[in-house]
Amino acid sequence: MSLTNYLVLAAILFAIGATTVLLRRNAIIVFMGVELMLNSTNLLLVTFARYHGNLTGQVLAFFVMVVAAAEVVVGLAIIVSIFRTRRSASVDDVNLLKS
Amino acid sequence: MSGTLATVHAALPAVLPAALEETGRTSTGEAVLFWVLAPIMVLAALGLLFARKTVHAALAVVVVMVSLAFLYVAQDAVFLGVAQVVVYTGAVMMLFLFVLMLVGVDRSDSLVETIRGQRWIGVLAGVGLGVVLAGVVGRATYAPARGLVEANAASNPVGVARLIFGDHVLAFEVVGCLLVVAALGALVLTHRRRLTPRIGQRELAERRVREGGSLVPLPAPGVYARHNAMDVPALGPDGRPLEHSVPRVLRVRGQEADAREYAARIDRVLAGGWANGAGSFTSATGDGPPLGARALAVHAAGQEDAPDDAPGGADGADEPSAASADAHTADGDEMRDEEVAR
Repeated sequence: MSLTNYLVLAAILFAIGATTVLLRRNAIIVFMGVELMLNSTNLLLVTFARYHGNLTGQVLAFFVMVVAAAEVVVGLAIIVSIFRTRRSASVDDVNLLKS
Repeated sequence: MSGTLATVHAALPAVLPAALEETGRTSTGEAVLFWVLAPIMVLAALGLLFARKTVHAALAVVVVMVSLAFLYVAQDAVFLGVAQVVVYTGAVMMLFLFVLMLVGVDRSDSLVETIRGQRWIGVLAGVGLGVVLAGVVGRATYAPARGLVEANAASNPVGVARLIFGDHVLAFEVVGCLLVVAALGALVLTHRRRLTPRIGQRELAERRVREGGSLVPLPAPGVYARHNAMDVPALGPDGRPLEHSVPRVLRVRGQEADAREYAARIDRVLAGGWANGAGSFTSATGDGPPLGARALAVHAAGQEDAPDDAPGGADGADEPSAASADAHTADGDEMRDEEVAR
């Protein structure tokens, strides 16, 4: 098996995550779609690290992980505070700026 | 931790031959692992896309992430594999589940399209993106893979640590700051300023005293020899049923039982009516209403200002009688005698 299979799998997962972000309206599911995209990028980075025999790709994946954790914390806090004020977790209901 | 990682790493070649062959192709074991896990991952990712319930979507994402951890370990990224399980599955997805429970799990997506045709455009864009990415990535020509045997010579975590704390130490520090800022930001975002004064136990107690009413807990429902459930009111010391001893829910639903039946029998038994031959359960009503029923009648009449037909009962009931059951029945006995004499 060639390592390209990993790359194709990562691409498919990324596309599914992107479709989730585009189609779903529940903010939490949209957020999980973002997480899926980040994860597939990590798979890509790990595979390329193996291609090149260089661990920098893994280090980058590690940083992606840490930043994703921080992003999840802030994003979920935003979702919770929006839910508290507007009683909704749907991304369609966040239209306060629409005149 | 690093000892465990080193053990895992040392045991890895035996379990899973991760090293690449000369041509840059993977071993058969890794290929089998990949072809088992890849369909599972794609199906779980589609589960995220199509799941109706948010919790199911979250569990599907957990499956994807755990499978990814397997693939990382198979690809000589042991440290990342463990970090994937700990950080993503353990922390991030659990945080997601917490927020799901906080926000409410029963909220499903609305099917109303805010933007017309968004669904089809989204599907088209997603499929297009997938085809383009997979096509580009899959058809590109790569140099033969070199594998990580050299880079991982001193075990994978050591190699990664050398890079992180060597070349990328500044980024590492910045990321640490980022995490602290994110934690503080989450605290600030979810902090709720109290707009109304806090109502504690003391305030509740003071309000209760100020408003009057009963300061002590409400009386428990009645306990009778033939009935011991919450739907029958207890009798007060004066023989009247206490309405508020029945839970409010039952009263609102109209499921409150009549205390008269059970109270009447107790009265007659305690008064010795049956044993003394003064009457049976069925004939006792002929002598006049038993105490429980009389008390009920008095209770009803007390609200409509003292009826003419039961002055003695009204007097007896209005007197603050002793709280003990014996005194109560003695009282009832007297009243009963009076009535019989009359």
